[in-house]
Amino acid sequence: MDSALSVSAVSKAYGPRRVLHEVSLEVRAGERVALLGHNGAGKTTLMKLALGLVPADSGSISVGGAAAGSAAAREAAAYLPEALAFHPALTGREQLGLFARLAGVSRAVVPGLLDRVGLGDAADRRIGTWSKGMRQRLGLAQMLLGRPALALLDEPTSGLDPVSRYELYAIVDEMAGQGTAVLVASHALTELEARTDRIAILREGRMVACDALARLRDEAGLPVRLRVTARGERAADLQARIGGARLNGASVEILCPPSQKMARLAEIAGLGGLVADLDVAQPSLEDIYRHYSGGASP
Amino acid sequence: MIARMLAIAGAEFRIARRNRWALTAAVLMLLFALALTFAGSAPTGTLGVDLLTVSVASMTTLAVYLTPLLALLLSFDAVAGERERGSLALLLSYRLTRGELLAGKLAAHLAVLALAMAAGFGAAGLAAAAAGGAGPESLAALLRLIGSSVLLGATFLALGYAVSALAGSTAGSAGMAVGIWLVLVVLYDLGLLGAVGADDGGFFTQTLFPWLLALNPADAFRLWNVAGSGQVALASGMTGAAGALPGGAPLASLLLWPVAAFALARLAVSRTAP
Repeated sequence: MDSALSVSAVSKAYGPRRVLHEVSLEVRAGERVALLGHNGAGKTTLMKLALGLVPADSGSISVGGAAAGSAAAREAAAYLPEALAFHPALTGREQLGLFARLAGVSRAVVPGLLDRVGLGDAADRRIGTWSKGMRQRLGLAQMLLGRPALALLDEPTSGLDPVSRYELYAIVDEMAGQGTAVLVASHALTELEARTDRIAILREGRMVACDALARLRDEAGLPVRLRVTARGERAADLQARIGGARLNGASVEILCPPSQKMARLAEIAGLGGLVADLDVAQPSLEDIYRHYSGGASP
Repeated sequence: MIARMLAIAGAEFRIARRNRWALTAAVLMLLFALALTFAGSAPTGTLGVDLLTVSVASMTTLAVYLTPLLALLLSFDAVAGERERGSLALLLSYRLTRGELLAGKLAAHLAVLALAMAAGFGAAGLAAAAAGGAGPESLAALLRLIGSSVLLGATFLALGYAVSALAGSTAGSAGMAVGIWLVLVVLYDLGLLGAVGADDGGFFTQTLFPWLLALNPADAFRLWNVAGSGQVALASGMTGAAGALPGGAPLASLLLWPVAAFALARLAVSRTAP
């Protein structure tokens, strides 16, 4: 498959501060990749390099087959910056019209796009009167101009309510469905879990992981969490038999390596009437992220 | 390229109009010009010039202060404001270049200033002509005033873009813009005045001083308007310095400053990371 974004061995420093170190990443057409990392891990810088807004110190980046920053690469990429605001004096229709003219797209598409993101009714009101969710949807609408080969979204859902988040991802999925390669930088791990094909993790400017969630999970070898609820008041009895930690009056939690999962399950099933219920929890994206990014939560 | 520049210019012009910027600037110009014209109408009899001439002389003095101020107010957040909103990175992710972005903003802001100048000075000039007479020479002086005000405005617009690109925030940019206004419009003249006083008619006053005046865009503006019309010079009492310079020097300064200032702004904005 063709690569919409190809980053190879890119490094970037701002003065003495090294932001990216030998980072490589491929995103293919129609693929959705989540870019994770702490604040300051280099996510935004990587996007700005891909857009040609700042030059890389070394390495190369191509977008849609053209060198980052070239006219063809700029036309191939769409961008939604973090915490984007627009000039409050313009209306939504005027602002999107400006972007259409900059993209060289007919302004006839503007009303349709505003309807598509649910801003049809607000189109002629000034953006200064809009909510944050509405502004973010306008940001999405400008990404839909001219069918980009690559879409870069920087923290697109921060500060949005759940419904707006859902709608935003619906549009992102639609773009991917039409063949746009999507790279989303986010802190909202739980919502990314089901919405991405691959996870890329930046840690202090280095790419420490980049694979499908299932494979990262296997590779990390994180323990599976088994939560066993005792019948009646027999939690102490249960803990004596299977070990683990008491959670509360009625449950015991065991962590076991993936390889021993089936054996432990069989053991618990053999306890018969002592067990009232059993939950099996795979390591979540948050656990995996913590594993690769080295400690604290994002 | 032209299409993208015009797209930016169109949006900026709309913003200026909607913020009532264009209207405020024009009304401000008109009120000041009218007040100066009719409050300063006393010397017509003694000097033997028509009221429009006196009006242009007064408005020249007014424009030296007001035009740079209006231009800087229009331009100080042009880059810093976009950066703070996050829209600078977005705009530049399109095929728009930094030069096109600046040129588009300049075109719109210059149009706003030109409209304000033409409306304000034009209306005050017409009122003066109707009340106290005008001739071909004073009419030419009025047109020269409007034209050179636009050039002066272009210089300070571009200087405003430069500080806007260099400053880390809009607040910082506003502070730097005030600094530029103070230095170029007020302190520079005070400094020269002090030096002339200390020099007591020597080499500095005779030779260097007129050139230093022409070097400053605000003073070049004043010189050119004065040199252009003997009557305006008479009415403004500023004949000496203008006479000591080659005729083209103030005009050359007025024409070169916008170009140099825009080049400076272009350089400053190319060094900013959006």
